[in-house]
Amino acid sequence: MAIGREVIDDLRRQIERLGAVYGSRKSLPFGVSALDRHLPSKGLTLGALHEVMEEGPASEFAGSATFFTAGIAARLKGPVLWCLTRRDLFAPGLIQVGLHPDRVIYAETCRDADVLPLIEEGLHQKGLGAVIGEVSRLGLTASRRLQVAAEASGVPALVIRRWWTGAQKDLTKLPTAASTRWRVSPVPSEAVPAGGLKRGRWEVELVRCRGAEPRSWILEACDAKGRLALPADLADRSNPQKIRRPAPG
Amino acid sequence: MTVTKQGSRRVIASACPAAQRAGLIEGMAAAKAQAMVPDLHIIDADPEGENASLRQLAEWAIRFSPVVAPDPPDGIWIDIAGVEHLFGGEEALLRKLIDHVAKNGIHARAAIADVPGAAWAVARFGKGGIVPPGRSVDAVSTLPVQALRLSYETVSAMHRLGVERVGQLAAMPRAPMVRRFGREASLRLDQALGHAFEPITPIIPEEAVIASRAFAEPIGRLEDLKLVVRRLSEELCHSLEKRGEGVRRLDLIFRRVDQKGASLRIGTAKASRDHAHLAKLFDEKIETVDPGFGIEEIVLVANRAEPLSEKQTVAKEIDNEEGAVELSQLVDRLTARVGADKVYRLAPVQSLIPERMIRRVSPLSPPSGSMWPERLERPTRLLDPPETIVTTALLPDHPPAFFIWRRVRYKVIKADGPERITSEWWLGDQQKLIRDYYRLEADKGARFWIFRDAPMTEGGRWWMHGFFA
Repeated sequence: MAIGREVIDDLRRQIERLGAVYGSRKSLPFGVSALDRHLPSKGLTLGALHEVMEEGPASEFAGSATFFTAGIAARLKGPVLWCLTRRDLFAPGLIQVGLHPDRVIYAETCRDADVLPLIEEGLHQKGLGAVIGEVSRLGLTASRRLQVAAEASGVPALVIRRWWTGAQKDLTKLPTAASTRWRVSPVPSEAVPAGGLKRGRWEVELVRCRGAEPRSWILEACDAKGRLALPADLADRSNPQKIRRPAPG
Repeated sequence: MTVTKQGSRRVIASACPAAQRAGLIEGMAAAKAQAMVPDLHIIDADPEGENASLRQLAEWAIRFSPVVAPDPPDGIWIDIAGVEHLFGGEEALLRKLIDHVAKNGIHARAAIADVPGAAWAVARFGKGGIVPPGRSVDAVSTLPVQALRLSYETVSAMHRLGVERVGQLAAMPRAPMVRRFGREASLRLDQALGHAFEPITPIIPEEAVIASRAFAEPIGRLEDLKLVVRRLSEELCHSLEKRGEGVRRLDLIFRRVDQKGASLRIGTAKASRDHAHLAKLFDEKIETVDPGFGIEEIVLVANRAEPLSEKQTVAKEIDNEEGAVELSQLVDRLTARVGADKVYRLAPVQSLIPERMIRRVSPLSPPSGSMWPERLERPTRLLDPPETIVTTALLPDHPPAFFIWRRVRYKVIKADGPERITSEWWLGDQQKLIRDYYRLEADKGARFWIFRDAPMTEGGRWWMHGFFA
């Protein structure tokens, strides 16, 4: 029995230590109180792996997910490593969310499998603002590796899930060890009587998060400093109604 | 043209292409040549000087591959196995090599083949260029027997017997052939056809800093190799420190028991003598080295070094200057994985044409500070090339009300535009390009960037070019 108690005490201490590590980790608030209050670390935990995927008509291009991710990176300090496989990223678009081209180093490979080592290599580097990777296949083991690397260095890993075929899209539904998973989908923006386009609007869904319930918010897209905002015509509603759209196709 | 003495005769040792066109060939008497070309420029051959220059040229060629050896009197071996991708393929490498040499006024021919013997033959007696893998036999067999690096006596003996081409020689039964022409002929034939192995012993530049270790017992385990590389790297960095230098390009050369060699090359973005960092850059690649029956010797050569005076210390996150050093190490590690041209930063170009707005710059180039105009609404993803779409517009110069892209019909709810983008005025009328861009929001909120390549009245077509969401 004595041995049993010893083991349990040891486990308890380990859990405490883990909790302390988890609680003390730095985080980046989104600046939207509804969102920050919901997240366990009052923002996006820095030394962790986060997944961002896009839902919508042109979701294979991940236009909004890219804005969302770049907006997070823009609000962090330090250089950003962007690992990609396809050359469809249009850098001039990124300055609209405040990500200056001088801050971004790109690393390109042709194969999807080669992106993950690059992301890990970046995560080992202390002092980076963030590592952004565009990945279609992210298994449990691979994501755990990235998560551990991110925890060790405190550099956040932001993975944009890309897909080009139906089979690859199904892969994005499989579980990973990422600490959060976000789904960004465009929703109709505020009507402008005189024509023209106002700031875009997204439905930002927290699909999976350690220590928090899934939830979704309707938010205004990132501004020139990468900040999200609560839409003015919805701000008075404390709990925006969840909008469920029919699945595309 | 140079001449050399053979006994009391002065004969031509080598002739420049112009002289060759005039009909002068090697071995011809100088007097005869002067009779043929009265204003002939004759220089006495200087074999030692030539060898020295050849060695110089070989040392220069180390920029292409770690394994380079001079092949007197007139050739250089370069083992390009595993380096051609750094230059964009074999063809590009060959072109670059010849161009560089030609710029220095040296007339050179080059060939790439599976084995040194075949490359030697094709460069001198064939058309040069690239022999596809496994085709050495085809490439060599039509060449004259001189292409086999045989002595003059052997070649003339072959000619007397009517053996003119390598193919004829290869078709002869081997035993009588060896009896008639000697072992040398057989060996050279095998080397050219790729049946016999021929080692290339790389030269090491005299001024280069090296660290090497020879083993009493050959080693082959991956862990051992990594350990040795780490030790060598320490030694190398120690000697570099004494010279106040840091390494920019580092070659690791393995000598195997069976004389076959292997080599790895890494480069750094900034001069470095951080031994742990340098050893780590090799870690990934070492796995690709086949140790065969064991490795006898490992040599680490710093063949490009730059002055590096400041003392490298462990970087601290807070210090800005140290942060830059850290970044260079990250760039090195990434470069070691994907290649130098795949790690980059993007810098603005003065243009409004989306495809031309971006220029790649080296990842550690100083921050440009410049930026694209901020107020431009640009997508994050670009379709390259743009895809044609079918649209329905209510009025000629209005944004479309519907469009069909990739067989899906989208209803346009809101639109912004047009934003006219034209090519730069200094490009003139030849490359004139007018595009009217619209930002559209479809019924589900997705935002697209489309353009019309000419006004509607001139039959402009619509194209899908990018995605905001």
